[in-house]
Amino acid sequence: MADHALELRELSVRYGAVDAVRGLSLVAERGEVVGLIGPNGAGKSSTLHAIMGVVRPAGGEILVNGTSVRGRRPEAVARSGVALVPEGRRIFADLTVDENLRLGLAGRGSRTLNGGGVRGDLAWVYELFPIVHEFRKRQAGVLSGGQQQQLAIARALVARPEVLLLDEPSLGLAPTLVDAVFGALGAIRERGVTSLLVEQRAQRTVAFADRTYLIANGELRLTLTPKDADDTTTMVAAYLS
Amino acid sequence: MTLVAAITWQAIADGLGLGAIYALMAVGIGLVFGVLRLVNFAYGQLVMAGAFALAVAGERGWPQWAGILLCFGVVLTLSFLMERLVFRPLRAHSPAVMLVATFAVAFLLQSIALLWFGPLGKIATSLAELNQPVRIGDVDVRKITVVAIVTAVACLAALLLLLGRTSLGLHMRAAAMDFGTARLIGVDANRVIGAAVLVSGLLAGVVAVMLTVQTPLVTPDFALRDTIVVLAGVVLGGMNRLLTATLGGFAIGFVSGVLGYALPTDQSQYLPSFLFVAVILVLLVRPGGLFARGRDAAVQRV
Repeated sequence: MADHALELRELSVRYGAVDAVRGLSLVAERGEVVGLIGPNGAGKSSTLHAIMGVVRPAGGEILVNGTSVRGRRPEAVARSGVALVPEGRRIFADLTVDENLRLGLAGRGSRTLNGGGVRGDLAWVYELFPIVHEFRKRQAGVLSGGQQQQLAIARALVARPEVLLLDEPSLGLAPTLVDAVFGALGAIRERGVTSLLVEQRAQRTVAFADRTYLIANGELRLTLTPKDADDTTTMVAAYLS
Repeated sequence: MTLVAAITWQAIADGLGLGAIYALMAVGIGLVFGVLRLVNFAYGQLVMAGAFALAVAGERGWPQWAGILLCFGVVLTLSFLMERLVFRPLRAHSPAVMLVATFAVAFLLQSIALLWFGPLGKIATSLAELNQPVRIGDVDVRKITVVAIVTAVACLAALLLLLGRTSLGLHMRAAAMDFGTARLIGVDANRVIGAAVLVSGLLAGVVAVMLTVQTPLVTPDFALRDTIVVLAGVVLGGMNRLLTATLGGFAIGFVSGVLGYALPTDQSQYLPSFLFVAVILVLLVRPGGLFARGRDAAVQRV
């Protein structure tokens, strides 16, 4: 059987005496969008931080294409094919849009997935986010919040990731920009990139993702599919549990 | 005679020469501060070690180029060891821990120099001919002043090319802005820090050569006063950006050089006091630094 693109096995994250994630297991197959939803403090961002090596897991395993990345440094995780679109965008405001994109190339490391193809990837990213191309000579700090979000996703994509982690990409965006972000995620899915999407927009995420995990208090409560998107009663109950 | 009348082209030339050297020291300190958020107090001791290397090479009758090569070899080796043995293992600790560690390294290197060469030190004379004057217009300028300015401009231009035109430079700039995010997108922390420390060491080697010409007596506290003045200049200019830190280093070097020439001998002993009072006054008015702009100039106070 082929390895999963991303697999968490009994992942636990602890901050001092506080358990942020308790024995979370999930899988994401190649080309899938997998949602991760839950109330504030549920452990969603902690899960992403553990995958990226920002926090050391207290227990469990993190596998990317069947290879453990647990305990690796963040840059090593990034170079192994995992790209993060962090919460709050965290673009480099004093650098130009183009320089931000070039920084994304650092995530390729020495991987030569399907050849080099930097130019082709840039063309695809520009097609996906025309605003990034239009403003490529400008300082990234002058872009609007929605434009910065597009840049943050574009920066992650030029690393040519196999697994894309998105931490609340629609946070603070106007409804039309939220549509644009989800539209881009659709195109990314078509490209065969696996996405783990952490979101507060629960119903929309469940409807969009191939499968969505609902966690609360650090534990898995529900696994949902698009046909559960209208079952808000069950979701609310799980949020409040 | 008023001070203003004493500021001649000669004094300005001296100021430019010292400003150029201090600007290089400021860049060396600022580069490491950028990626590690660490003020390397041992920077002056790197310069001191390079100066001793030059003195020893001269004493043994080595040719100039071999002395300069030894100077760079010693400074770069010490920089490499400092990065591997101190900065890298401690970089995840608090800034206070790293600061104390650089103090420890500074005193360690100074003590080794004291044990090895004694308190009277050595005299480095191999490049003394650079103290000969050349006539530019009506002004007699020491060759070292011209060499210092040209070298500083060349080094800064090379650094600008490195930072602005290479992927390593881009990674260093990103790391200086937000190291955490830079690592998350794949920027190699060890490579960036290693490069910053080595470039900083390279500049310390250049400074060691220049300062040894200006002050041939090399003692264990060689360059210590200069480092403290440059640190004040870096803070004065604005620590958060390499450009403002460099301008701060240049400014304090220029003022030191000009006043050092213009003040009568019996008053020049007050120069450091005057400089530091000026630094405090400037920082009271502009806490973010003299050359900081926008959000960098605003410093949260409690």
